[in-house]
Amino acid sequence: MPRSGWVWLGIGAAYFFIPLAATLEFSLKEVSGYGFSAYREILSDPQFRDLLWVSFKLALATIVVSLLILIPGVYSVHLSFPRLRPLVEFLSVLPFVVPPIILIVGLLDFYNVDRVPLWFIESPRFLVPGYVVLSFPFMFRALDVSFRSIDVHTLTEAAHSLGAGWTTTLVRVILPNIASGALAGAFLTFALVMGEFTMAHIALFNTFPTYINYVGQTQANPAAALTIISFGLTWLALLGILFVGRRPGRGVAPVAGR
Amino acid sequence: MPYLELQKLHKEFGDFTAIEEIDVALETGEFLSLLGPSGCGKTTALRIVAGFETPTSGRVVIEGNDVTNIPANKRDMGMVFQAYSLFPNMTAEANVEFGLRIRGESGPVRRTRVEELLELVGLTAAAKRYPHQLSGGMQQRVALARALAIEPRVLLLDEPLSALDAKVRVQLREEIRRLQTQLGITTLYVTHDQEEALSISDRVAVLSHGRIEQIGSPAEIYNAPGTPFVAEFIGTMNRLEATVAESGQVQVGGSVLPVDDAHDLPRGERVLVLVRPEILELERAEGGVAGAIIGEVVAHIFLGAITRVKVDAGDHTLSADLPGHKAAELPIGSRVAASFPADGGRVLALSEPASAEPAPAGQ
Repeated sequence: MPRSGWVWLGIGAAYFFIPLAATLEFSLKEVSGYGFSAYREILSDPQFRDLLWVSFKLALATIVVSLLILIPGVYSVHLSFPRLRPLVEFLSVLPFVVPPIILIVGLLDFYNVDRVPLWFIESPRFLVPGYVVLSFPFMFRALDVSFRSIDVHTLTEAAHSLGAGWTTTLVRVILPNIASGALAGAFLTFALVMGEFTMAHIALFNTFPTYINYVGQTQANPAAALTIISFGLTWLALLGILFVGRRPGRGVAPVAGR
Repeated sequence: MPYLELQKLHKEFGDFTAIEEIDVALETGEFLSLLGPSGCGKTTALRIVAGFETPTSGRVVIEGNDVTNIPANKRDMGMVFQAYSLFPNMTAEANVEFGLRIRGESGPVRRTRVEELLELVGLTAAAKRYPHQLSGGMQQRVALARALAIEPRVLLLDEPLSALDAKVRVQLREEIRRLQTQLGITTLYVTHDQEEALSISDRVAVLSHGRIEQIGSPAEIYNAPGTPFVAEFIGTMNRLEATVAESGQVQVGGSVLPVDDAHDLPRGERVLVLVRPEILELERAEGGVAGAIIGEVVAHIFLGAITRVKVDAGDHTLSADLPGHKAAELPIGSRVAASFPADGGRVLALSEPASAEPAPAGQ
């Protein structure tokens, strides 16, 4: 890399790392000197554990629902309706265009007590449909790439000619070959839900992000500690994607001798 | 009773007619190739037999039972695809085993059968390898073993060699034929490669524009093409536009040539005389020679065992395949007389201009 490249890389790195380092430094600050008291305070707060658990469950539910809808969906687009792909791709960008605040106001309006049972709208699981919509772009893209890397048609027909029905084909042949994409989509969705604030806040549910916000407004040093902790969580999720993406032994076999 | 019948198959995709009409029957254990240029309907016909497509009209009958509406996964057809058909997440062994698992065979039965088949295709050592660790030829062998594992009623092959390189292609096609004969399995083979079709099949059906142009043994197809299309598509052919001079003789340009095939044809009828390059004989000639076409050697094409000598004869450019030493006696620029034995030419009525895409021969 030329010297100017290193300079730009340094500037970029500084842009990201200085605030992080400053936050880390601040989170360790005590009345006199440095220590972990802010972290102890956060970790001993029962709300921290409870709301982390709530968001964790929401993330899992979102991932499950999203995969259940999108795997058969993307499969059928690739297999039978390739002409719909541009449309689905366009739809998948909508959650970026329509801000979450509009989405949640719409959902609040739609999910009124007359239409939807109370057990559903009285708990944070109310947020799952909205989160599924928000995760759509990430999940769709991750799956789409996986499906494009295999010959969906031939594999499906090969499985059928050997006697497999649709379910067997999906579970035994298609799923194992798109698993890395599904996992990558799941990690992105996980990171998304663990950080989603707007919808939970407007719908008046307490989740991990609203807790971060609350702590940020009330306690200075613990808020910095919490930021570092949640950053660590996101970072773990991204590490998961890298790990899954690099796993060897998957993908389409090239035909040699061409 | 024929074993597999394609009865009056017709298939349209929207406005596009893929198959005009295909009507063919295979005997038990027969190897039939559907041969034709791309877009002739051969793959569609195969896919209809496999159950991946439904014909617009017509039926697929196996041993007297109509299977046209039975879904692909209930049809017991073994299919080998062009490429990329092995399950990438499974080893060679697991790929072969897949169909047996679906059928609920017990573990020991599956193991024995998988071993048997991998041995049959010579891949016992590669059993634990994943598709991406196998060469293209090996992948197709596994695909063949996988298709045969379920003891299918019919073996279907959709250009299984087209993605392989020339040497492997020849090797594997011989092996496919050997296995097919050994197992006595009725086989439908689709290809655009005439050499492949002729070398491997009991019978060949030449297709063009969704119809069977001619069906017959490889020798019949090669030696006695029934239509100008078949003549053009199969191998290299000299085409001489001619007029029937009198019974058993045709006039090409200024020369009158004896052709047995031209007996019983009305005098003055326009015909096409077809002569294979290996039948055509060349002699050095200065003046005119009776019963021969005079021309000038314009090119030599070295083809290994033989040399193809191109002769410019005015209206026609002729090709003659000669042994190397004979060709050397006729250097470029020599005047030659081209002739052929009276039983070596084939005469077709010149009803329509033949329009065949040239066959991708020996590539």
